[in-house]
Parts: sequence; C-alpha cells; structure tokens
Amino acid sequence: MAASLTTRQLTVRLVGVVLAMFAFGFALVPIYDVMCQAFGINGKTNTSAYQGALKVDETRQVKVQFVATNAADMVWEFQPVGDQVVVTPGRVSEMRFIARNPSDKPMTAQAIPSVSPSKAAAYFQKTECFCFTQQVLQPGESIEMPVRFIVDPELPADVHRLTLGYTLFDITARMPPVPVAGR
Amino acid sequence: MSAAIDSHAHAGHDHHHGPAKGLMRWVLTTNHKDIGSMYLWFSFIMFLVGGSMAMVIRAELFQPGLQIVQPEFFNQMTTMHGLIMVFGAVMPAFVGLANWMIPLMIGAPDMALPRMNNFSFWLLPAAFGILLSTLFTEAGGPNFGWTFYAPLSTTYAPESVTFFIFGVHLMGVSSIMGAINVIATILNLRAPGMTLMKMPLFVWTWLITAFLLIAVMPVLAGCVTMMLMDIHFGTSFFNAAGGGDPVLFQHVFWFFGHPEVYIMILPAFGAVSAIIPAFARKPLFGYTSMVYATASIAFLSFIVWAHHMFTVGIPLTGELFFMYATMLIAVPTGVKVFNWVTTMWRGSMTFETPMLFAVAFVILFTIGGFSGLMLAIAPADFQYHDTYFVVAHFHYVLVPGAIFGIFASAYFWLPKWTGHMYDETLGKTHFWMSFIGMNLAFFPMHFVGLAGMPRRIPDYNLQFADFNMISSMGAFMFGATQLLFLFIVIKCIRGGKKAEAKPWDGAEGLEWSVPSPAPYHTFSTPPEVK
Amino acid sequence: MLRRPVLAGLLLACASFTVQAEWAVNMRPGVTDISQSVFDLHMIIFWICVAIGVVVFGVMFWSMLIHRRSSGQQPAHFHESTSVEVLWTVLPLVILLAMAVPATKTLIEIYDTSEADLDIQITGYQWKWQYKYLGEDVAFFSNLSTPSTQIHNQDDKGEHYLLEVDEPLVIPAGKKVRFLITAADVIHAWWVPDLAVKKDAIPGFINESWTKVDKPGIYRGQCAELCGKDHGFMPIVVDVKTPEDYAAWLAEKKAAAAAQRELTSKNWTLDELMARGEKAYQSNCAACHQASGEGMPPVFPALKGSAIATGPIDGHLDIVFNGKPGTAMAAYGKQLSEVDIAAIITYERNAWGNALGDMLTPQDVVKYKQAQE
Repeated sequence: MAASLTTRQLTVRLVGVVLAMFAFGFALVPIYDVMCQAFGINGKTNTSAYQGALKVDETRQVKVQFVATNAADMVWEFQPVGDQVVVTPGRVSEMRFIARNPSDKPMTAQAIPSVSPSKAAAYFQKTECFCFTQQVLQPGESIEMPVRFIVDPELPADVHRLTLGYTLFDITARMPPVPVAGR
Repeated sequence: MSAAIDSHAHAGHDHHHGPAKGLMRWVLTTNHKDIGSMYLWFSFIMFLVGGSMAMVIRAELFQPGLQIVQPEFFNQMTTMHGLIMVFGAVMPAFVGLANWMIPLMIGAPDMALPRMNNFSFWLLPAAFGILLSTLFTEAGGPNFGWTFYAPLSTTYAPESVTFFIFGVHLMGVSSIMGAINVIATILNLRAPGMTLMKMPLFVWTWLITAFLLIAVMPVLAGCVTMMLMDIHFGTSFFNAAGGGDPVLFQHVFWFFGHPEVYIMILPAFGAVSAIIPAFARKPLFGYTSMVYATASIAFLSFIVWAHHMFTVGIPLTGELFFMYATMLIAVPTGVKVFNWVTTMWRGSMTFETPMLFAVAFVILFTIGGFSGLMLAIAPADFQYHDTYFVVAHFHYVLVPGAIFGIFASAYFWLPKWTGHMYDETLGKTHFWMSFIGMNLAFFPMHFVGLAGMPRRIPDYNLQFADFNMISSMGAFMFGATQLLFLFIVIKCIRGGKKAEAKPWDGAEGLEWSVPSPAPYHTFSTPPEVK
Repeated sequence: MLRRPVLAGLLLACASFTVQAEWAVNMRPGVTDISQSVFDLHMIIFWICVAIGVVVFGVMFWSMLIHRRSSGQQPAHFHESTSVEVLWTVLPLVILLAMAVPATKTLIEIYDTSEADLDIQITGYQWKWQYKYLGEDVAFFSNLSTPSTQIHNQDDKGEHYLLEVDEPLVIPAGKKVRFLITAADVIHAWWVPDLAVKKDAIPGFINESWTKVDKPGIYRGQCAELCGKDHGFMPIVVDVKTPEDYAAWLAEKKAAAAAQRELTSKNWTLDELMARGEKAYQSNCAACHQASGEGMPPVFPALKGSAIATGPIDGHLDIVFNGKPGTAMAAYGKQLSEVDIAAIITYERNAWGNALGDMLTPQDVVKYKQAQE
C-alpha cells in the first residue's frame, strides 16, 4: 500500500488535530461570549460601560422592569427602589438598587445582570452599573447603587417591555473584603 | 478467549512466535487479537457493572415510595450507570471489535501502532477503577447525572468530582489513542488493491467514528478541565458569580455529546451492514450511498448539539436552526434503513442469532429514530424534554442500536475468534429473552414520559406506578438474560462444533479467508485484493 | 329499547377507562391554546411516523416471511439503483418540510413577547420554588406537602402523592401571565404539562415564558432538571382562579402578610409554638434532618440530641437564621417568618426527647433581627 504519509507523519498530524480540538474547547468560551453579545443569548449585556451615543426616538416608549434576586446563600437585603420605569429609547435613564449587609461580618458581593426577553439584551446598553465592580459592605452598612442605561432605538418593534434582573452572589470567600474601610 | 490463540494447527503458517505465557502475556501484549479480546472482556464486565446499577434503579422504581435506596444514592446510580454504559461498555466494545476485525478485514498484519494499542487499553481499568472507587468515599460518587451540568457538578458537587474528572481524562486519552490507531491502520495498512471504496462498511464506519472521536474527545477533555479549574483554581468558566455562565457548560458538553451519540452507533451500522447481506445471501444494497450517508450523519452531528438545550432559553432563530438541522439527520439515517430493507428484499434469508439481532436492530433502532424525530420538533420537545420519553428514546437507540449491534457482531465473529460454533439454541434464547425484556423495559417509558414523569427521579406519583412496574420487570428480565450470554461465550470458547474458515455461507470479506480460530498472526504477507 | 342501557353502559365503561389515569399513554392536550397546538403537532408527527413505520416494517416483514431460504428462494443479485436512492432521499425531505411548517408556526406563537397582564418571578431553590408577584409585594415559597410517612411507605399514598404543595401558585383565568424564571443555586426547570410551559431556571440569568389559561382549575407539574438530592420532591401546583377569586385571594394574601406581622407581637405558649413548629418543620426541615430528627449523617446531621439543638438557644437561632456556609444548611432568616423560625426552634428543642423545656418567641426573633441590623 503506497501510503502518502508514513504512519509516523500521520500520527503526528492526528495528535496535532487532537491538540487543536482541545484548544478549540477553550476557544468556545470567547466564541460563546461573542455569540451571546450578538444574539443576546441568556440575556447577557455589556460588562463595561457603554460609551457611544444613540439617536433619541421620541415616537416610542419602552417599559423597563427591575427584579432583584439573591443567590441561595446570600443574606443581604437587596431590592430596586421602584418596580419599573418608562423610558424613551436613546435617552439615558437611571434606576437605583438598595443593598444592606445585615450580617456581623464584612462581605463582598457581585451582581450579575440579565435581560429578558433575551432578544432585547443586545439593545440594552448600560453606561454605568454597580455590576461592573464588586461591592463591599461592612456589618450593618447599606448602600444605594445606581444603574444608568440607554435602550437602543433599534430595539425590535414587538418588544414593549423588558426586564432587567440582577442576581446578587456572595463572593466573600473568593475576594475577602479589605479590612480598611477605604471607600 | 484462550482458544483464540490455540495456534498449533497453523504452525508453519508464518514464522512468528506464538503468544508469551502467563499473565505478562496480557499485560505486555501488542497483538491486536489479544488486545481486542481484552477490550471485549473489559466492556462486558463494565456492561454487567453498569447493568447492576440499572437493576438498583429499576428496583427502587418498581413501586412508588422510597424502599431500597435513598435519593442521594439513587442519583449516584443513575450517574454511574450512564457513565459506565457509555464510556465503559459501548465504546470499549467497539474498540475491541475494531482491534479484532479491522486488520483482518483490510488484510493488515496488526494495528499500525501496537504499543500504543496496549497502553490505550490499560488506561481503561485505571480510569474506571478511579471512577468506581468514588462510590466508597464518604460523600459518595458523582451524583449529577452523566451529563454533569454545572453548577451541580462544580460548586454543588461532592468532593469525589475531582476523581471523576481525572477518570474522564484517562478514558478520553484512551479513546483518542484508540482512534488514532484505527485511522493510521486503515489509511496505511490496507492490503494491495484494497481501495477505500472496496473497504467493508464496518471499516468505513469505524474510520468516520475515529475522526469523530479525535474531534470531540479533546473538547470533552477541555470541558472537564474547565470544571477542574473552576473547582480548584478559582476560575469562573461556568460560575455565574464570577461572570461565567452555566449554559456555556451545556454548549461545550453537547458539542462533544452529540457526536458522541453517533460514535456509539456508527460502528454498529457497519457491523449490521456486514451481517444482513451475509444472511440474506445477497450483496449490500447501495454501498456507496451507505458511505455517504455515514459521512453526512457525522457531519450533521456537529451542528445539531443545541437540540439538547431547547428549554434553556435559546433565541427563536437559534431554535429554528437547530430544529431544522436535527430533522435533516433523518434523511441519511432513513437512507440507511431503506438500504438494509432492500438488501433483505428478494434475498434468501435464514435467521441465525446474528441475523436475529441485526433485524431487531433495524426495527427497534428505527423506532428510536422516530422518537428522535419527534424530539427534534422544538415546540413538542418543550413537553418531552427531560421526561421518560427521552429516556425511552435514547435507550431505544442505544440498547437495540449499540448493544444489539455488538451482540450481533459477537455471534457473527465468535466462530472466527474461538474456532467453535456457539450454541445456536442458547443464542436464539438469548435473543428472544433480550428482545422481550428490552421492549418490556423501555416501551412503557414512552407512555409515562408523555404522561408527565420527569427523568432522574427516585419516586413518582401513583399514576405512573403500573407502567413503572412493567418496566422494572422487563429490565430484570433483560439484565438476567445477559448472564446467559456470558455462559454462551464461555461455552463457545471451551468447545463446540468446529468452525470452518467461513462458517456463514453468505459472508463476504478477507476475515473469512483465514482459518478459524484466526491464528495469532495473520496476513504477515499481505493478501492480494482484486 | 335495550340498546339505550347497553350504550350507556359502554359509554360508562369508556369513561371509567379514561379516568384510569394509571394507563395514560399519551401527552395531555392541556388547557391553553399553546398546549393544544403542541399536542396537535405531537399527534401529526406521531401519525406521520406511524405511517412511515407501517410502510417500512410492512416491506420488511413481507420480505422476512417470503424471501426465506427455507421456502426455496434464490437470492437476487441487484445491489444498486440510483433512481431509487434519489427517490428515498427526496421523499423524506418533502415529508420533513411538511413537518417543519406547523412546527415553526407553533414555535413563533410560543415566542410571543406581547404585553402581559401579570408578571410573576419564579425562583428555583434546592428544593422548593419561590413565587414573587411583581409590583404586588406578595412573595412566598412553595414546598412539597406530601408527608414523609407516605414517602417512606408508613402511610397510604394520596391521589396527588408528590404532586402537592403547601402553597400553590395562584393565577387569574383568562389573563396573560408572564413568568420570569431564575434560580438561586443550581439549574432547575419549571414545568407544568397542562400549560406546555417548560423553562430552565438558571442561576444568574432570567428566562421568560408565559401562559394564558382560560379554564379555572388546579394543574400540577414538577421540576424537570436534575438539581440534587430532592429533585423528585419539588412539585409545582398552579391554581387558576376566576379573576374575582384571584382578586380576593390576592387581597387575602396581602392581609395575611399584615397579620403575620401582627402575629409576632402576640403572646405565644409553648404548646402553640410546638404545634406550629411541627408543621413548619415538616415542610422546611424534614427533607434533610428527617421527621425523626435523626438526619442522614454525615451530610445532614441529626438534631436529636445534637449539640446545637440542646445547646444555648442563641447559637441555635443563629444557625437557623444565617445557615451554615459551605453546607446544605440554608439561611432561613430570609425565607421564613419570625413566627415560623421561633416555632421551628422551639419544636427542635422539645421534640424527639430533646426536652429542654425552653422556648423562643417570635418577639425574640424580631429582637435578634434588629440586633443584627
């Protein structure tokens, strides 16, 4: 059999394919993030401040609803100041959330945003959000945290209402709060 | 399978030495037949181990209420049953068949990489030793389902998850090495004149399977490595709290998982494509289209993975894409079924045990294909997803698909391996008991699934009681019957009617040109294929 | 004249057969437009599969009966035919196309994002559901209410065994209700077959689904994604009420919340707390610590004779209120009312031979809460 490659060459190439596919497994992570941003899978939104400006669309109004959830072992009190706001696409709006640490230990928390319906997520731009950073609260301390956002006027016409949900996770174990209250 | 190496009758057939003596023969062997036998025995042991776990599951589900095991242990049983059957029973059995038959079918003296062959086998006992040992740890073994979705398998997992990850790595490395070996053997060691389009379909389907393996096993390895990093090194691939995403896990897992499904069925397609023509005494209908259909199935398997995730909240366009792509798989699969039926048409059929298993394979696999098509319809899947309907579906494609394919192959080639004919009456008994038991066990699962019973639950509402009891009885019957198979194989190794070089008058292929049992070394001089 | 009773008898027999839910073999058409279209779709696909099956298996069985060597058949030699192969590639494609059309239509209906009348947030926990009526200040947990004696076969099982909860989700009939589904720990899935709603509840992310039920009634479902030990024990019950009844229920619910606040200022006796505590313990604690208080060591420690349940009452309150990080013990301070916490702790200190005789009042819990603030 006149093989075009020797067995050694063939094996080396196949091992190369294996390594490439192993790397591809990890490459799926950024690929997935790009897909999420593009198609709003999982209601993911931007993770750093949006810098652009958008044209204001006065002809339409969109309801934005706010939801706060605590992860299972999170003891903070966490809720939005109001249930919803009506916004004009293209214009910056603001909503505040209140968090309080009722425990007797300083704690670190991370809020994770999610937008529903997911197809609206790509049109929801946060210009400022407490979810961009971690929050540290001393025992008994409370904090008011703003989120500023713009709804893109390109938002599909059949979406009249979108929901911004935050889930608050306790990440004290991973990021212990610095003992100095330097904030 | 000691008889397999009983090579006196062929002294002088070649100039190689026979096998070494004693235990070290098996530890150090590089002979494809020895390694094939070890793979087959290992997979059969795992089949019994995983099967006993299924018996525990069915015993608990025999009646409503908690009787035999607690929910924690029940979850460990479902998880281990899945993992062992997929990675320990079905995949090694096919590698064993490949080891034994591919060199014989293509006229090669051995596998292309014999020492690696030895290593890839011996990794398996280590991998499954580690995996099974976790059951004896204090917090128990893996309990998060064989699909091990994060965060149940990361943040909320028992400590033994690290052992599980290591075990998956080892079995992954083993499979990858096995696949590389198969590809190298098929591409480089074919006898002169054996062009690609003259290869038996079993060789073709294994070649395609091997490419699937090297494409997706590394992705699984990456997936469990990410889990390991999340658990021990503070990364957040799948942890929402750190900016990761549990749904990403499912995408990565099913990118591996869906091709994996075909890895477990394509070699069986190949085996059945050898067996049906042999007993219909008529050439396989549409050989070329069979090859292309296999290749299309393999290709499509890479673009349908999200049909396992219709309920996670995929955008409409995504659901539509994955629904259409999944439905498309029905086309090449249908072509295969039509080809098999047409092969039987106007043949001159006899129904020895291999043929019985092969015919049951075609019928029952088609039923599994129908439920698969139903599951592909996204809106209907919202009702089927994660119910017993799904359990019924995948057991219909895996038990009569993969397992019956393996049984059919075993009966078909046992004469070649052992030099003796198996006991036909016992073989037929094994078939009918398996057939009835399997249908009793899995058919009612369609009903309870449609009626609303979720999968992976240790206890259920009374409305599901009757069908569950029938399922359990069928499962006990199927399970017990497999001990008969063990008996048949041992009996066949120890004696029986002498097998001719070609015991089946309608069979085709190079493997029948060597004596039975196949000598320890075959095709040291390549045969000429016209 | 005889025919009438015979017919009636037959009908009766049929009816009694259909109520024999034990032998249900098919999907339920459900009670919403969506569930009906899903059911229709399911039946269309099913019958198409049956038709294909009859043809394929028919040919196959015919062949197996006739083309046998034992009946003297000589094998034919044909082994390919391009036209036949093209035919059976194209024909399935056409059939698939016919299936795809209604499937796509139904899917688009399901993905409707038009405005809803009512929004409810559903959060999955290990192993219970929380329902939050957005904008109404009503929120509660829904736990399995089947007694563990039934699960462990000490009592006869009821009709709704494992499909009953202490507090069902209540929604109004004829209104579009939107569900925002998420989870607090692992992935769960909220599924009610009669509504054809199944959506994964994923920690950190919000999923959306909706339903509009016209017929008042009680509809039952279960968690559909493996979520740990008690995955099989977190049912869903949806109680669809007429809009009037719903309004009354909502008002009552709000009043109950106010009453709950008042309850905490009442003077409780040990017996009252024990009685309430036993009930609250059964629905919140017994899944892990067991009705007998013996737990399932080593994962779920026993309370009977335990250092905490027989030690200082402050420590006991602390662990129930804040949970124990790194274990399955959750912080119940957030989930239960002051009365229930006081009752459970009192019960645990005085049941199964833990005869401490002391009690914790709801007022103590309120004080503890304030001290933490």
